[in-house]
Amino acid sequence: MSNANYQTQTVFPPPLVEGNQTFHTITDAICRVVEAPPSKGWIASFLMALLGLGVLGVSVGWLIWEGTGIWGLNQPVSWGFAIVNFVFWVGIGHAGTLISAILFLFRQKWRTSINRFAEAMTIFAVICALLFPTIHVGRVWLLYWALPIPNQMGMWPNFRSPLLWDVFAVSTYFTVSLLFWYVGLIPDLATLRDRAKSKLAYYAYGMFALGWRGANRHWQNYEKAYLILAGLSAPLVLSVHTIVSFDFAVSVIPGWHTTIFPPYFVAGAIFSGFAMVLTLAIPARKIFKLEQFITVRHVENMNKIILVTGMMVGYAYAMEFFIAWYSGSEYESWTFINRAFGPYWWAYWIMVSCNVITPQLFWFQKIRQNMTLSFILSIFVNIGMWFERFVITMSLHRDYVPSSWDYYKPTIWDFGCLIGSFGLFFTLFLLFLKFLPAIAISEVKGVMPQADPHWEGYADHGDDHGSHAAGEKHHG
Amino acid sequence: MAEARVWGLVAEFENPAKLLHAAEGLRDAGYKRYEVWSPFPVHGMDNAMGLSRSKVPWFVLGGGLTGMTCALLLQWWSGAVEYPVMIGGKPLFAFEFATPVTFEASVLLSAFGAVFSMIGLNRLPNPYHPLDKVAMFRRSTDDGFFISIETRDGKFDLHRSRELLESLGGRHVTVVEE
Repeated sequence: MSNANYQTQTVFPPPLVEGNQTFHTITDAICRVVEAPPSKGWIASFLMALLGLGVLGVSVGWLIWEGTGIWGLNQPVSWGFAIVNFVFWVGIGHAGTLISAILFLFRQKWRTSINRFAEAMTIFAVICALLFPTIHVGRVWLLYWALPIPNQMGMWPNFRSPLLWDVFAVSTYFTVSLLFWYVGLIPDLATLRDRAKSKLAYYAYGMFALGWRGANRHWQNYEKAYLILAGLSAPLVLSVHTIVSFDFAVSVIPGWHTTIFPPYFVAGAIFSGFAMVLTLAIPARKIFKLEQFITVRHVENMNKIILVTGMMVGYAYAMEFFIAWYSGSEYESWTFINRAFGPYWWAYWIMVSCNVITPQLFWFQKIRQNMTLSFILSIFVNIGMWFERFVITMSLHRDYVPSSWDYYKPTIWDFGCLIGSFGLFFTLFLLFLKFLPAIAISEVKGVMPQADPHWEGYADHGDDHGSHAAGEKHHG
Repeated sequence: MAEARVWGLVAEFENPAKLLHAAEGLRDAGYKRYEVWSPFPVHGMDNAMGLSRSKVPWFVLGGGLTGMTCALLLQWWSGAVEYPVMIGGKPLFAFEFATPVTFEASVLLSAFGAVFSMIGLNRLPNPYHPLDKVAMFRRSTDDGFFISIETRDGKFDLHRSRELLESLGGRHVTVVEE
């Protein structure tokens, strides 16, 4: 009975799902979260999130009414919080696709407990990200100018601009992530439909489950489509942050015009995305009693990825400085000295502390396995990665001509949009936790040892399928 | 109510191993219009049922090629033919700058091909199925493993098919009405 699943177990001793679970107890444990009435904790968090959403509504409403002048923008800092928040949220989105696509292709079975969660996070983070380019154009009603649609002006967008590539990259990313998430949800929606107690739940889940009943001919096409979506998403996720980095790298601003940006941005995105998955998963596993599914091993694996990508980001920071000196360009060298010791020195050192120094604690297994410390360190990474984008964007404040130097000071409306975007994110995320299964039920069942027809527990049935049926005569 | 026509038979199986062996048994007995139902894909079932490969990849290829062609044509026609504007001395069309948008459009339409062909080939959405009337069948999305045989199968015979299902380990064999 040596088969792939058995070998996986011996190489990785801790089981993927803890406790003595059967298929039915898995269904129960995960669906219970959705079917039970909302807890007090959920209601309190949801009200907080709605408050944040309200802040966003007011900030964006006032912005659209009054214009981008309400932000702290000036010349030369014509890009402020809007671009910082955009890159921050897009980056967070990357972990979801990485977990669902790249770890799937590498057959990392531990991903099954966290992929649904991370994919939802991706979609909501990309919604927050898409908000910022939309509102920072100022006249949102003219946004359709960015799309290649025939219009009354007879004009077409400029495909030579990286900003237009970004429109295509981020909207494709959003659409494909949404499809990937939805395809993964179909069998679980069917599970919720078949357990529904109320007519409303039955029809609502039933409509989105499309009439899924688990036919093997369906599973065959489903698995093929899922594999291909994973194969498509893997290069897609790398392309998205590459293209986001082109927004900066294709310009001629010192500190931006560097070839290291695409890999540096991608590493940073994975880094920040995994941190956000931990920030969300550590409280959620506690509150919804999902510790048997999102185990210490899952958290530890993610901490290891944070450690690796954090060091890649640290390497990129060092390499930027080296190249700035090695290039011999005085503007380039001076920009980097200004980053570390100029008016925004505090932002630079917050970034280095949170992204390079504190993640080093993850070298220690005790810390990787400690939920409280992992949670705190993940928040540090979130803060550090927001400041990374702030530091990069603030390269603008001292450009080539000293007479045009200025200092960007965000206003209350800049902060309103930033805080509000968290409100939007958490509102969507809490609704997801309440109404959809946070863990992929059918996938978790699929990685259980007894899901394998050749599992040793079934050994007595042998290969001769005629022999074992003799003693079993039931009539339906 | 008039007497309903028989749609077929359904039997429950204890676990994925028995399900797999039973599917092989039906395949070897020459059945074609039978279906295996499980809450998760059972490894090796496609071979056990003797299914041919999924056609989904062809739709993905079609989607990808359509996306690539349309994106290249759009960028070339809108930038170099319909609305040529000289910006920074850059060429009106070049494959280099067209690459990101072409890549994204190819991925987008490939993904559409994968998802919509999966839904279409599976004949979804399908709100009604005769098996919905069988109470135990609701567990096909929880922990139940089932095999159904349709009367449309040339080999179908109410008594012999039932006996075969039982001899393969099937329990609670039930007659399903249309």
